[in-house]
Amino acid sequence: MSTRLAQGGRLIDRSRQVSFTFDGKTFRGHPGDTLASALLAGGQVVMGRSFKYHRPRGAVAYGVEEPNALVNLGEEGRFEPDTRATTQEIFDGLVAESQNRWPSLDWDIGAVNSLFARFLPAGFYYKMFIHPRAAWKHLFEPFIRRSAGLGRAPRARDADRYEHFYAHVDVVIAGGGVAGLAAALAAGRSGKRVLLVEQSGHWGGRAVVDGARIDGKEAADWVADAVAALDAMPNVTLRTRAMAAGVYDHGYVLVHERLTDHLADKSGLRQRLWRVRAGRIINAAGALERPLSFAGNDVPGVMLASAMRDYLVNHAISPGDRTVIVTNNDDAYRTALALHEAGLIVPAVLDARPVADGELPERARAAGIRVETGRAVVRVKGRSHVTGVEVGLHVGEGSVLEEIACDAVAMSGGWSPVVHLWSHCGGKLNWDEAQAHFRPDPERPPLGADGTGFVRCVGASNGHLRTGDGIADAVAGAAWATGADAGKAPAGEDADEGALMPVWLMPQGAGVKLRAKMWLDYQNDVKVSDVQLAAREGYESVEHTKRYTTLGMATDQGKLSNINGLAVLSGALNAAIPQVGTTTFRPPYVPYTLGAIAGSAARETFMPLRKTQMDSWHVEQGAEFEPVGLWRRPYSYPRLGETVKDSVAREILNTRKNVGILDASTLGKIIVKGPDAGRFVDMMYTNMMSNLAVGRCRYGLMCNEQGFLVDDGVVARLSEDTWLCHTTSGGADNVHAQMEEWLQTEWWDWQVYTANVTEQWGQIGVVGPNARKVLEKLGGMDVSKETLPFMHWAEGELAGFPVRIFRISFSGELSYEIAVPAGQARGLWDAILAAGAEFGMQPYGTEALHVMRAEKGFIMIGDETDGTVIPQDLGLNWAISKKKDDFIGKRGQQREHMVDPLRWKLVGLETEDGSVLPEGAYAVAPGDNANGQRNVQGRVTSTYHSPTLGRGIAMGLVERGPDRMGEMLEFGAGADPVRAKIVDPVFYDKAGEKQDG
Amino acid sequence: MLILTCPNCGIAAEETELSPGGEAHLHRHGPGSSDGEFEEYLFLKENPRGVHFERWRHSHGCGKWFHAARDTATLQVFGTYSAQTTEPPQHIRDAITAARPGWRWRDFS
Repeated sequence: MSTRLAQGGRLIDRSRQVSFTFDGKTFRGHPGDTLASALLAGGQVVMGRSFKYHRPRGAVAYGVEEPNALVNLGEEGRFEPDTRATTQEIFDGLVAESQNRWPSLDWDIGAVNSLFARFLPAGFYYKMFIHPRAAWKHLFEPFIRRSAGLGRAPRARDADRYEHFYAHVDVVIAGGGVAGLAAALAAGRSGKRVLLVEQSGHWGGRAVVDGARIDGKEAADWVADAVAALDAMPNVTLRTRAMAAGVYDHGYVLVHERLTDHLADKSGLRQRLWRVRAGRIINAAGALERPLSFAGNDVPGVMLASAMRDYLVNHAISPGDRTVIVTNNDDAYRTALALHEAGLIVPAVLDARPVADGELPERARAAGIRVETGRAVVRVKGRSHVTGVEVGLHVGEGSVLEEIACDAVAMSGGWSPVVHLWSHCGGKLNWDEAQAHFRPDPERPPLGADGTGFVRCVGASNGHLRTGDGIADAVAGAAWATGADAGKAPAGEDADEGALMPVWLMPQGAGVKLRAKMWLDYQNDVKVSDVQLAAREGYESVEHTKRYTTLGMATDQGKLSNINGLAVLSGALNAAIPQVGTTTFRPPYVPYTLGAIAGSAARETFMPLRKTQMDSWHVEQGAEFEPVGLWRRPYSYPRLGETVKDSVAREILNTRKNVGILDASTLGKIIVKGPDAGRFVDMMYTNMMSNLAVGRCRYGLMCNEQGFLVDDGVVARLSEDTWLCHTTSGGADNVHAQMEEWLQTEWWDWQVYTANVTEQWGQIGVVGPNARKVLEKLGGMDVSKETLPFMHWAEGELAGFPVRIFRISFSGELSYEIAVPAGQARGLWDAILAAGAEFGMQPYGTEALHVMRAEKGFIMIGDETDGTVIPQDLGLNWAISKKKDDFIGKRGQQREHMVDPLRWKLVGLETEDGSVLPEGAYAVAPGDNANGQRNVQGRVTSTYHSPTLGRGIAMGLVERGPDRMGEMLEFGAGADPVRAKIVDPVFYDKAGEKQDG
Repeated sequence: MLILTCPNCGIAAEETELSPGGEAHLHRHGPGSSDGEFEEYLFLKENPRGVHFERWRHSHGCGKWFHAARDTATLQVFGTYSAQTTEPPQHIRDAITAARPGWRWRDFS
């Protein structure tokens, strides 16, 4: 059992207590504790269950690399699964529960998987669930999905707020250990803008735990002085609980900062994602200790030697009375010495090396600690807690020479530099034979915009594991990053260390039975035997082996397991480790929340919302809105007791009988002006626009270079050199961008200017037989048929408002579209409503607009078109000029497939029984195609119930449709197809007498 | 996340401010062109690993188009220049030659 010692603990504040619950049981810790240290203080060693075999697991690490101690944290809107107990600081009222166990952490029914481990080898799912194929969908997949995943997904909406924060700096330094601090001091003195981030809540990294000395001071004192000096520099920004998550092209760095995760008071901003643009990046992220692969290395109580030292020094945690140390290097002796100094028993240090005569082993011997060289742990005894170890020869096969009773095991397999930030953007690695790890190759850095390296690793992340070397390397890194002389590096001192001996299997001749109990990836239960099996089955690539065995695919992303795993793979393949290579390092370094990624782009600020000047009026009327591009437009205005279907029908009938008013402000409005404007609009539109007379309007079509129809609208000629192009509501920005693209990149010598004035004008449609009466009542300009006929426009005043009135119609009714400066739009709207009351005026929304245009056979971009439809398909040949040599799309429309007589063309469709055809329904044809699917000969593009006609109407694209008037088609291949007749697409006022009136 | 300097307004713009426009120095083929020429113009684009000329628009900035010469593999930027030209200017070619001697891209070298 672990417990809290009466003395020590440099991070905890013993004068105060913090209370929290784990699986419903109350625990107490101190400020400065992590969830893991507080649980260990309370004797709770088992903190979770592994993924596949549900083996009981305790914390094996101290930081972000922890694979086992994952908990569901918090409740309701603050619930988060897979939270690492090793990095979560405790606060009053914290609620945590263990994961992947049922019914309880101590008694987990899934642990039965462990008994069948032999039958659940690497690739089990691939092998087992492949046959019979049919069983996958209904049997295997639902089962696997139920048993997959560790934590629960949150159910409630996230209660917290997040933000993005933009920063521009000269140097980002990732890691607040002594290397990072030394680099920051040197870079800070150069005057450059420096951002130093540390992922934990504390500065100083390992040096303050391991008792190094810097410039003659205790490391902790030097760190305190360094932080104070940095705080005083105005050009340096310091952040703790801020993790450099990823390095991207051209010096882009993401930093994830946790602001309230460690606090009981959650009222503030929870997390911040820093989007940093950095000139140079210094990675001072340190190194991670590797486990050793011996049987039972996952039993709770087995811990990394450095982690055990961290819990002891930082939190006064005793891992148990008796701890056996097993190592292949000198560093682990620090743990032996620290435990011994704390008054705990170290029954033995088992050192795999034949000789251990460095400074630290000698100090251990001098302290009376038993040091056994050439020895290995053959097996750890105990199930839910370590009870002892079996000791054997490291060069042997596992014969047990001795059993040592103990409560904990500290293991060290050497250190791996944290090279993630170097590798994210393409930095390459070399294998360091002496230290048995990958370290950055300075000749192959990630390259920036200027073709030179923009990331440098310093200190332990560059393979400099000794304090003095690391600090000197960091200061040299600062000189590189700032281009300034960094001055003399602080002198670091620590114990001399002898050479490490690589150990990838312990004992090295271990048989299959032992290898099947040696864990590589703890969380996903990948063992040495699984990787060896993958190699035997032909998996030679480390990337394939990873996916086959799931090695390194857990939430720690292989921080602990990858090097050990690929060493085992290289052994099985009989290839050198650098030849096998590493898997790809991908951001983020540590997973972070979707909330931080979203930032403030959530709920109502998810995206911009464009509102017209009349928006508040629509809200007052209780309008149902629909999105149109970024705009919101009233879909309909249901009255009390009306369904939306009812109100749409009412709006249509009233507009056709009396008069309707439409907020058409979202309509795109683009000014094209200049000496070459006529020539330009002739290129942009399929029809001739240069010969449009001033004061007249013309409907026009815009295509892309492939010939496909992309937008339509009415063009008005405002003056000799000015055209006003109306576009669809959703298309204005695109059309304007297209115009600019052609003008800037193809016809840059043409004298044309464009301006998107969509938001400068409000636009109001007054539509219906009484429309003219309403305008005449408002007064101010002559709107008679003679002065202002159909497809003309005029400028003047209406009820004192300066307006342009366009006689255009999208409904087939007598219609005036009135443009008014945006600031006065609401005033005119109100004036029209007041004037229109006596003529039965009612507002109508977009759905009424859509139905009325369909009744009239007008096409809608996005309904009748889908990016594969040319104007000729829609019977719009009349709007395609034959006189012009060129327009955008002309050449595209001459392509073979575009002139195929079998193309699907626009027709009207009338169901036999008057019903409404289903949207997007296909007209079937006899026979099947090559894929065994029913042949088709057309599809529905628009379909509505027409209240005007009292029946369903539809438009569709049908093979040779216009040549087949009167033919019946069948829609839907089911038992009950709908039969519809091919008819003319104009269902209402074919002669156009109403709109001309 | 590239940074390209817009030659129109001088801003060193991040990729989120920019819109990509594909290959630069296209020759438009309109009516009268052969099927082969039209296909070449519309569909057959260069996609090199190395030196490339691209069109970009400073869409969330000054709104103007410009050209960029860069290495698609290393992301080194050799320079940006006006969109109102049919071929890369000499100083851009020189900058590429300095970094990638013997480079070739379509008819340019």
